[in-house]
Amino acid sequence: MTTAMRRQRNALVEPALVRWLLIGATLLLLGVFLLLPLIVVFTQALKAGIGGYLAALGDSDTLASIRLTLLTAAIAVPLNTLFGVAAAWAIAKFEFRGKSLLTTLIDLPFSVSPVIAGLVFVLLFGQRGWFGDWLSAHDIRIIFAVPGIVLATLFVTFPFVARELIPLMQAQGTEEEQAALTLGASGWRMFWHVTVPNIRWGLLYGVLLCNARAMGEFGAVSVLSGHIRGLTNTMPLQVEILYNDPGQYSAAFAVASLLALLGFVTLALKNFLEWRHGDELAAVRGS
Amino acid sequence: MDITIRNLAKHYGDVPALDDIRLDIPSGELLALLGPSGSGKTTLLRAIAGLESVDDGSVHFGEIDATRLSVQERRVGFVFQHYALFKHMDVLHNITFGLRMRGRATRPSKSEIRRRGLELLELVQLKGLENRYPSTLSGGQRQRVALARALAIEPRVLLLDEPFGALDTKVRRELRTWLRQLHDETGYTTIFVTHDESEAHELADRVVTMKEGHIAAAVTS
Repeated sequence: MTTAMRRQRNALVEPALVRWLLIGATLLLLGVFLLLPLIVVFTQALKAGIGGYLAALGDSDTLASIRLTLLTAAIAVPLNTLFGVAAAWAIAKFEFRGKSLLTTLIDLPFSVSPVIAGLVFVLLFGQRGWFGDWLSAHDIRIIFAVPGIVLATLFVTFPFVARELIPLMQAQGTEEEQAALTLGASGWRMFWHVTVPNIRWGLLYGVLLCNARAMGEFGAVSVLSGHIRGLTNTMPLQVEILYNDPGQYSAAFAVASLLALLGFVTLALKNFLEWRHGDELAAVRGS
Repeated sequence: MDITIRNLAKHYGDVPALDDIRLDIPSGELLALLGPSGSGKTTLLRAIAGLESVDDGSVHFGEIDATRLSVQERRVGFVFQHYALFKHMDVLHNITFGLRMRGRATRPSKSEIRRRGLELLELVQLKGLENRYPSTLSGGQRQRVALARALAIEPRVLLLDEPFGALDTKVRRELRTWLRQLHDETGYTTIFVTHDESEAHELADRVVTMKEGHIAAAVTS
């Protein structure tokens, strides 16, 4: 290496002290704010031993909350995947009036407090809400029932897939789609053979994030749930109820540990897919 | 197949993009559309392919009124300026895309599709690269893959948008000579767009110069 090169390189690299300070501060923050709480969750969860842990999870109300959370995610995630792809497609590939308004609206659930989102649905569908009379006349329950929980989750998790896909689709443009059309592909086959393969990784990230949030959402769901044990409690709500019950302290952490595990699985899945299909990912992103 | 263009017109607001275009291209001709950017040459090419809608006029391929056909039905071999290869498919799958997308009734068997793909690969002198992905190819190689992919559908006409625009001078010259040979071998009616005057005159049988949406001159080389 010539002296000139070395000097140039040194100019681009921070002094050792700064580097270690930055790395150290990052590690410290991660340790205190991420790792430590996780350790606490798991130690508290296992305080009553494996037997106590399993018993806490086997409680019928807790099992009901797990089922409800899975059901909610199973409805909200596919629907929001569909909405997200449709919205991203419209925004990235077409020019139309009101496009910037639509982009802003997609972000709304991120900028509005989830509690407010919940209250909006109460105002719409509650007893004294806009549709309240009609709903009770037809014997349809939305508020303090499963439909309300699903609605709240749908609202809160709406942006994840769309947000992930819009920049990706904008960057890719429409040339490959046009090429597919000139080669005789129908719109449907073009979508499945060209568009979807090009966005599949972004789509997957979006779906994983959407799922994590759908299972973990507290605020909006809390407003709409009514906290009926065994009926309208999702896992996060069940954690809160157990936590506030002095005898159920470690049970609360047992359920919380399940939610935390879900986060790990999501991350692990994402990393596994990145590692397994890394070259394809690079091929799609690279050119 | 010969191309007949009559009174083709398109406006963006008040600005004419195509202004009453009338052009006859006999079967087997290699025609250059020359002009500065904004002259309407690419718009004309895309209108022939059906990728751009027009306000008025008609395009005929032989006896067939292409203006009534969708992009897919026009069966036009289109080579995009930046090739638009499918990034997630290897070279062979790129080339055979058009064949694989056909309806069940007209789609050749899998082995026949593969055979045709490899044959085209040989035609564009890329034998042995069938399993490579577009991102690992040079610009010139990508261009050839794009051309093979367009030829695979046995197009009625071949349309190339700035085919050498993204290549360096040396590769450009090689590809030019090669494209001329390929055209003489296959005999497809071919239109290519360029802003390079010497390239247009060297390669084409006839050079049509466009300016502000209309045809300013047509010169036989």
